Amino acid sequence: MSDTSASISRDEVAHLATLARLALTDDELDRYAGQLGVILASVARVAEVAADDIPPTSHALPLTNVMRDDEVRPGLTQEEALAGAPAAEQGRFRVPRILGEEA
Amino acid sequence: MSSLVGTDLVRLTAAETARVIADGEVSAVEVTRAHLDRIGAVDDRVHAFLHVDEEGALAAALAVDERRAAGETLGPLAGVPLAMKDVVTTKGVPTTAGSRLLEGWVPPYDATVTRLVREAGIVILGKTNMDEFAMGSSTEHSAYGPTHNPWDLSRIPGGSGGGSAAAVASFEAPLAIGTDTGGSIRQPAAVTGTVGVKPTYGGVSRFGLIALASSLDQAGPCARTVLDAALLHAAIAGHDPLDSTSIDAPVPDVVAAARSQDVRGMRVGVVKQFSGEGYQPGVEQRFRESVELLEELGASIVEIDAPHFAYALPAYYLILPSEASSNLARFDGMRYGLRVGDDGTASAEQVMAITRDAGFGAEAKRRIMIGTYALSSGYYDAYYGQAQKVRTLVVRDFERAFEQVDVLVSPTTPTTAFPIGERIDDPMSMYLADLCTIPSNLAGNASMSIPAGLSPDDGLPVGLQFIAPPLADDRLYRVGGAVEAALADRWGHLLIDQAPEL
Repeated sequence: MSDTSASISRDEVAHLATLARLALTDDELDRYAGQLGVILASVARVAEVAADDIPPTSHALPLTNVMRDDEVRPGLTQEEALAGAPAAEQGRFRVPRILGEEA
Repeated sequence: MSSLVGTDLVRLTAAETARVIADGEVSAVEVTRAHLDRIGAVDDRVHAFLHVDEEGALAAALAVDERRAAGETLGPLAGVPLAMKDVVTTKGVPTTAGSRLLEGWVPPYDATVTRLVREAGIVILGKTNMDEFAMGSSTEHSAYGPTHNPWDLSRIPGGSGGGSAAAVASFEAPLAIGTDTGGSIRQPAAVTGTVGVKPTYGGVSRFGLIALASSLDQAGPCARTVLDAALLHAAIAGHDPLDSTSIDAPVPDVVAAARSQDVRGMRVGVVKQFSGEGYQPGVEQRFRESVELLEELGASIVEIDAPHFAYALPAYYLILPSEASSNLARFDGMRYGLRVGDDGTASAEQVMAITRDAGFGAEAKRRIMIGTYALSSGYYDAYYGQAQKVRTLVVRDFERAFEQVDVLVSPTTPTTAFPIGERIDDPMSMYLADLCTIPSNLAGNASMSIPAGLSPDDGLPVGLQFIAPPLADDRLYRVGGAVEAALADRWGHLLIDQAPEL
């Protein structure tokens, strides 16, 4: 089990930022370490509730799979799909390299 | 020649506006032009709009006039202008969700809400300002600068839908669409002296809403009167096959309920947890008076104990960031929106991280990291898992309450509008603005805020919240309409008529 006393170090913030794909600056790491600690200490109050035998609720309404009929219907055109792309080439999304230098 | 001039036209309710258009007293184009002029005259100070679609609005209004001239029977809001929150996609009209990441993005499709609004002949004037991706209670977290409260331009208009509420409160539009994940329709309504409704979760389609927290998000109406909100609610609600969480059941007759204005025999619950420390005395005073008024109108008052509501706020601030961190992962700089650092050598992953750091504002980053933390292995059970159990307990508190009463009543938010800048660097104090609104989102039930008067300590609007069980949205309109009418009778006008001239 984890510790919910919730102070959070600068290194932990840096790790979270990596997981969340946020290239934070040094200033941001300092600032968020303090702020996230305050927020986590406050939300950790949920632990005060005795709820061991309580089922979790993930959604306000009971969810079931919803299927539509398997019929062809219009979607976006290629032009529409690419219209908001930061870069497109040959009718496709152009993305930066996805493999490492040595690959 | 019309006897109504522009300044009169913008002060009509939506229902009245539709009537004068249907009667041929004015054209829809004249109505739209009057509102565009009003926006031109005051929005440099209010900053409710991120984008005004003058051309699209006038074309939509002309289409209504042409259909009317051709003898078509049009809907009850045909020709009425509306301000659309910028988190709702609008084909061909920029949609940013208040973020740099989506600056200049033009959606290739309409949200279902947008489609229904257009089909009702409602005229979309433009897109309204909001906290980035709907995260905030003040609209200060917009990447495009804050919106100002029309009652006091140095104060916040609430959030995240501060632009929609301010547009309605400053007579720039009689109607607006908001979205409410933890209070983003109701809290702005409260602090701007307007009406805002969060329908039952699943009552209005989420298709085309840029998702914040999918299990909590719900679009709904903003207006200056309860009847206007009901008319808009009826126009946008209903089952949508494009949203798997959309409710496949008839929409309650909210318009008839708004017109009934009768609460005799209604059982109204006062939640004892919604008072005390942190509540402004003037807010509590107006709230007590509203409860007395309900009793005078023939409702019976019951005190309700909801012990787990005290834990709704911390549970929400774990569930929301968890869902948000997942939903906002889509902003990766690859398919749409901003891309930064693509210098030909940086990898996709590096570009993604640089883009997200440059594109997200401080509140978005905080919540993404809190959510990432709450979902990480080792912390999941203590944070996200425990928050979901608390959510169950909040739902049960509501179920017990609704065995005893028809609706609950509370202040909408603990204070009146606070000064711009006051809470911007103190996230926890900002979060407290949603103390009374969050439980409804966790439970998925229906709730509404209407004006309760001005706080005697600072002269600013106070909101009164009603909460009804899921699918009983009509009860909100019944009780809201009755209180609104009784207060208007007492004051001789609606509260919004006391708003300062801008």
